[in-house]
Amino acid sequence: MSGTAQPHRWIDRERLGYAEICAAVADPIQKRGPGRAWAIAFLGALPFVLATLAAIGAVLTLGIGLSGVNTTVVWGFSIANYVWWIGIGNAGTLISSMLLLTRQHWRASINRFAEAMTLFAAAIAGIFPIIHLGRPLYAYWLAPYPNTMDLWPQWRSALVWDFWAILSYLLFSLIFWFTGLLPDLATMRDRAETRIGRRFYGALALGWRGSARHWALYESFHKAMAALAVPLVCSVHSIVGLDFAASLMPGWQESIFPPYFVVGAMYSGFAMVVVLAITIRWGLNLQALITPAHFDAMAKVMLFASIVMTFSYATEWFMGWYGGDHADRSVIAYFFTGDYRWLYYSLLFCNCLVPQALWFARVRLNLWALALIAVVINLGMWLERILIVWNTLSHGHAVSLWRTYHVSFYDVVILIAPLGLFAFGFLVLARIFPIVSIHEVSQIAHDEGAAAAGVPKGGVA
Amino acid sequence: MSAPLLAEFATPEALVRAMRLAQADGHRALDAFTPFPVPDLTDAFAPSRNPVRPIMAMAGFGAAAAMYALQWYSSVIAYPLNSGGRPLHSWPVFLLVPFEFGVLAAAIAGLVAMFWACGLPRLHHPLFAIPQFERASQDRFLLLVAAKDADATALRESLERAGALLVAEMHA
Repeated sequence: MSGTAQPHRWIDRERLGYAEICAAVADPIQKRGPGRAWAIAFLGALPFVLATLAAIGAVLTLGIGLSGVNTTVVWGFSIANYVWWIGIGNAGTLISSMLLLTRQHWRASINRFAEAMTLFAAAIAGIFPIIHLGRPLYAYWLAPYPNTMDLWPQWRSALVWDFWAILSYLLFSLIFWFTGLLPDLATMRDRAETRIGRRFYGALALGWRGSARHWALYESFHKAMAALAVPLVCSVHSIVGLDFAASLMPGWQESIFPPYFVVGAMYSGFAMVVVLAITIRWGLNLQALITPAHFDAMAKVMLFASIVMTFSYATEWFMGWYGGDHADRSVIAYFFTGDYRWLYYSLLFCNCLVPQALWFARVRLNLWALALIAVVINLGMWLERILIVWNTLSHGHAVSLWRTYHVSFYDVVILIAPLGLFAFGFLVLARIFPIVSIHEVSQIAHDEGAAAAGVPKGGVA
Repeated sequence: MSAPLLAEFATPEALVRAMRLAQADGHRALDAFTPFPVPDLTDAFAPSRNPVRPIMAMAGFGAAAAMYALQWYSSVIAYPLNSGGRPLHSWPVFLLVPFEFGVLAAAIAGLVAMFWACGLPRLHHPLFAIPQFERASQDRFLLLVAAKDADATALRESLERAGALLVAEMHA
């Protein structure tokens, strides 16, 4: 770590006792009111929530014609949004599990809201395939159940894979998040001053006592979950990649798609975590727990992912040319010279060029610059997903069918409004549950010697 | 037999030291309660047989196998459908859903196994009646020891000498 003069690497305070950690996380929820910034953000998010509900209601009543899709470009914003949101969700799990397994202890202060981000993002992502089905009332046909029609799901269909991937992922994330939260719910129960608070957190904590026996079982379960989460996340986004790669379309039928989607997910997700971390750190005054060193580490991950993405794009172009197939070569040429070329150049600017600024420590440690880059990356990753859909479908095998996509009003609403729904979920969550893991931060404070009284810098009690 | 003593410490190190001293004297350490896992304590009190991971493995592999069998049965026996000339038993793509489902089943089974092995949910416990216990989830480290003989005074003194801030009796 360069450029900062903080006493401990991951805790920005000479001394931070366990009681102070509990107070820093729990008191904003239990003792203080929501505050003006929260109220403004909440009121600001409400119209977006209503707009999301209205858009979903409209497309369920009036039909998929509201979207800008046509008989050639049969996929549109819904699919791009789906891939974007599930990608954001994936990074939350990756941060939690991969960093737990590799003993990156700095994850302690960011993993809780990264997991919450996963929950909301995966839940929002799950809406899109359903409203894009065309006949959403038959969504349950994806599940195998005995029925009077004597029908079974088509197991070779990417839609069925998606159904299981999202379902498993969403429930798995919920369990993983709740497990990590359980000891903190007990802390909240023990700190609650009102009767309602004691009952609410007491019921959710299920009687957790923090006994050494509990901790032993907890750790074996939590680590096993983390070990399962990494392949699960990779498989979920690989399946999303297979939605495209298992087709016969030029520009999609590429074996690089599954890994390339996984890296893309990590990339946009880390960018989202940075945005959330900056907001939460400011909103809840958690400067002591979320330190410049955290942002430095996350910025390095984004930089790495940016380089891998750039190589993936280059591999795609090279393989298109090297494969020698006319349709493939023609789609690659269409990227750069076709109807959507300006969007494609913007994508390359956002995903490949801008993040190179993260080579410089000064940029990594400047939160304004970091927030801006993170937003640009998320924009670029959304452009990537919509262009994967548009470029191939607008330029398929049959020349007579070439058409472009025309963005409708509904498309714009369903793109922007869920962001408000996401913010809404987060705002509500931040008022109910500890947004930073109390027990994991206490542990890191102990290990770094920040919690022990009178222990000098770097010392171990 | 006197009631077990619950001793409160400010640091995990003090607790571990006191526990070792008490055990050396022949007392029996019953449990420890801490705001975060302390490796020395989880080693000392870990259940001799931890069922969580074996159950997760069984549930995961079992559910995956069952899902594979369902796919095979539905697409080969119950509803054979020629889709683009692919074999009815398309095993490579039949691996995707069992994997997802197996992971989910392992997670659910693991959660249930963990709660079952912990004896949770149990919303009330005699320990909750002791006022100092509510700090075990925040900033204090508690040790529960049973004295070897009827008179716990010696144990109480040894705990206090080892740095206990407060020693209370626990009545079940």
